Amino acid sequence: MTPAATLSAYQGWLQGLRAGTPFVLVVTPFGMVFGVVATEAGLNVFETMAFSIVVIAGAAQLAAIQLMIENAPVMVVLATGLAVNLRMAMYSAALAPHVGAAPVWQRALIAYLMVDQAYATAHTRFEEAPEMPLAAKVAYYFGAVTLVIPFWYLATLAGALVGNQIPAGLPIEFAVPATFIAIIAPMLRTLAHVAAAIVSVVVTLLLAFLPYNLGLLAAALLAMTTGAQIERIAQRRREAR
Amino acid sequence: MDYSQAQIWTIILGLGVITLALRFSFLGLIGRRQLPEWVLRHLRYTPVAVLPGLVAPQVFFPPANDGVTDPMRLAAAAVTLAVGYFTKSVFWAIAAGFATLTGLMALTGG
Repeated sequence: MTPAATLSAYQGWLQGLRAGTPFVLVVTPFGMVFGVVATEAGLNVFETMAFSIVVIAGAAQLAAIQLMIENAPVMVVLATGLAVNLRMAMYSAALAPHVGAAPVWQRALIAYLMVDQAYATAHTRFEEAPEMPLAAKVAYYFGAVTLVIPFWYLATLAGALVGNQIPAGLPIEFAVPATFIAIIAPMLRTLAHVAAAIVSVVVTLLLAFLPYNLGLLAAALLAMTTGAQIERIAQRRREAR
Repeated sequence: MDYSQAQIWTIILGLGVITLALRFSFLGLIGRRQLPEWVLRHLRYTPVAVLPGLVAPQVFFPPANDGVTDPMRLAAAAVTLAVGYFTKSVFWAIAAGFATLTGLMALTGG
């Protein structure tokens, strides 16, 4: 095998492509759920596709649709989308030391294509082999999304097209909570994550009387602080030992 | 849903701009500078702080059941959570949750 330090851009791209391919299995059902739910909510196929192409962030898109079904004010939909996508700033910060020296158009493209799976795959690889040349790192990242992104668009389209033909008796609205729960479940790996999730749920339900989903935003802030504090305490305990 | 065309496009394009700005943030600023640790620590918990609260009302008081707690939907949500936790597979978790709900609905004729 070629040592990482001498990888060509093409070899980097191939490695990324191989690492990213399994994620097609994740984004395809997710894209279809979004396509179905968005058209069921009343968006047309063009608007649904625009959503998936302009935003490429399934969780934020589903959150937006959910609030749109409830006729929440536009600012609330945007603020919630912002909250759901805050993690992207963290991804951006984590990738910057590795590909921050690339030309601005490449960085812009990296930003546009920054889905959870791309970040996770690329960041793991870059930390493993920081000596990879810049061009190979950038190509690796693009390789990781080469299949994922087109499948995301196509799956949305497929969902949007079949959306109207789903029999009325099926509980299709359950797709939204089911998808979110399926995303959350694997994240519950430490006490801090579990505590943050519980605070998020309990506080949102307690503040459900507040207008404009402000309860959710308050709960998210409190939950984030809870997670961070517990992590800090756990870390101190480990260090004290 | 009752939004004007202008509102729908404000949401789509607005969310696009916000998301791109978040994604480009540190890459754009050529951030070899690291974020302070306390900021990273908070950012780590954003998904797990936002998403559970977002789904909680739909799980406990589903609009499809006129906002009344539905044991079948609770059971399906619990199955989704358990399968997702143990398999770490989004796909299987959703499939198991759906199978549970449609199965229970078929059994009870609901």
